[in-house]
Amino acid sequence: MSREDIQTGLAEILEEVAGVTPADATPEKSFTDDLDVDSLSMVEIATAVEDKFGVAIPDDELANIKTVGDALNFIEKNQ
Amino acid sequence: MSTSATDVVVTGLGATTPLGGDVDTTWNALLAGKSGVSRITDDWIKDYPAQLVARLATDPAEQIDRVRARRLDRSQQVAVIAAEEAWRDAGGADSGVDPLRVAVVIGTGIGGALTLLGQDDVLEEKGPRRVSPFTIPMLMPNGPAAAVGLAIGAKGGVHAPVSACASGAEAIRWGLDLLRFDRADIVLVGGTEACVHPLPMAGFAAMRAMSTRNDEPERASRPFDKARDGFVLGEGAACIVLERADAAKARGARVHARLVGAAGTADGYDLVAPHPEGEGAARAITAALRDAGLTPADIGHVNAHATSTPVGDTAEAAAIHSSLGEHVLVSATKSQTGHLLGAAGALESIFTILALREQIVPATANLENPDDDAAVQALDIVRHEPRRTTFSAAVNDSFGFGGHNIALVFTTA
Repeated sequence: MSREDIQTGLAEILEEVAGVTPADATPEKSFTDDLDVDSLSMVEIATAVEDKFGVAIPDDELANIKTVGDALNFIEKNQ
Repeated sequence: MSTSATDVVVTGLGATTPLGGDVDTTWNALLAGKSGVSRITDDWIKDYPAQLVARLATDPAEQIDRVRARRLDRSQQVAVIAAEEAWRDAGGADSGVDPLRVAVVIGTGIGGALTLLGQDDVLEEKGPRRVSPFTIPMLMPNGPAAAVGLAIGAKGGVHAPVSACASGAEAIRWGLDLLRFDRADIVLVGGTEACVHPLPMAGFAAMRAMSTRNDEPERASRPFDKARDGFVLGEGAACIVLERADAAKARGARVHARLVGAAGTADGYDLVAPHPEGEGAARAITAALRDAGLTPADIGHVNAHATSTPVGDTAEAAAIHSSLGEHVLVSATKSQTGHLLGAAGALESIFTILALREQIVPATANLENPDDDAAVQALDIVRHEPRRTTFSAAVNDSFGFGGHNIALVFTTA
C-alpha cells in the first residue's frame, strides 16, 4: 500500500473514531496536542489501524507514536 | 409563602422519553393521551412471551454529536440530552454560579447494560484485545452522572444512587439534602435508563413482570385496571435543576414549582415483592409530608408509581389510601410512557411539577375497569381525560425492587 493510501486510510480512522477533519490529519500533527485525541481514543485508533492495515502495534510501540507522521511511518514499515 | 434559607425550588426541566425528545413535546403528548408503546419486530423477539417496549420518540443520534455519542452508553447519551435541556431551561450557564458549588445526582436502575452485553459479544467473537477501551466508563452505573457532570461543568460533587426503579426519585431526594446541608448552590438531579436488549427483556419476562398483551401495544400498560398483566419496559431520561429559593430569586430565575419534602423507607419485607398493604410506601409518604410540614388534606394530587403489575398497583393503592385518604386525584402516567425504571421517578416528578404549574392532572390511560380491590375502588383515579383543578401540593412516589420507597412533595411556585 502506498504512503498516500495509508494516509487516506488513517485519516478515515481518525475521522470515525475521534471526529478529526481529514484535511487536519497531516503528518506533523500531534495526536494529543493538536488533534485532541485522548489516551483511550488512541487505543481505539490503534485497534482500527491493526484491523485496516494488518499490522500489530505492541503497547510499547504505541507509546512512541506521537504524531500522524509517526503512525504513517510505523504502518509503512510494518505492513 | 415565606422564603427561608433552606427552601428549594425547581428552575429547570429536561427530558427525552417515549413520548417526545424534550419536556414540552412529552407533556403535550401525555395530555393528548398518546402512547409510547409499540411491539418489537426484531427477529430475536419471536420466542419471547412479552414483546412490547416504549422506545424513545427521538433517536439520541439526532440530538447528540456522533463522535461524542461513540463513547457514551445509550443511558449516558439520554442523560446528557435531558441534562442539557434542564440546564438551558434553568439558565445554568449564565447563572454565574461557581462550578465548585454545582453538584449532579443522576440515578440509574441497570446502568450501561447495552455496553456490557455488546462488549461481551465482541469478547466472544473477536477476543479480549478487541474489547473497547471505553467499556468500563460506559457500563459503570455512575457513568451517566459523570457524563452529565462533565457536560455542565459540575465540580461540587457527582453522585449516582442505585435503587432500581426508585433511583430517579432517590436522586431528587439526595439533591434536596445537598442543598439543605449547604453542600452546593445548584444541583442537577434526575434518572436515566436505556436497557432494551434481549437479556433484560428475558429477565423481566422470567419474573412474569411484563405485559404479554402483544397484539394491543397501546393498551398493554393499564395501571389499576382489572385486566392489567404487567409493565412495559421503557427507555429515556429526565432531569431537574434544583436550587435554594433565595438564590433563585436573587438571580431572577423562573420557578416551576417548589420541592418541599422528601423521604425514603425500606419495606424490609421481600427482595422484589412489595408489602401487600404498601406499609413501607405509606411510611415514606407520611414521612415526606412531615418533612414538608404539610398534612394529607393539603395534598391534591399523586403521580403514582403504578407500573401495571397485578400486585404492585394494589399495594400502592393501599399505601396512598392509608397515608393520604380518598380526596387526592391519582394519575398513573406509565400507562402512556411505559416504565422507565431508573428514570421513572424523575420523569414522573416532572409530570407532577407541570401538573402543579399548569393546574391540570393527567389521565390514566387504559383504565377501563378499575380493580375490585377496595383501595383502588376508593381512590379518585383520573381517567379518560386530564382534569383541570385547583391544588397547591402534590406527591410523587417511586418504588424499586429491593423494597426501596421514595416519596417527594412538591408545591406550586
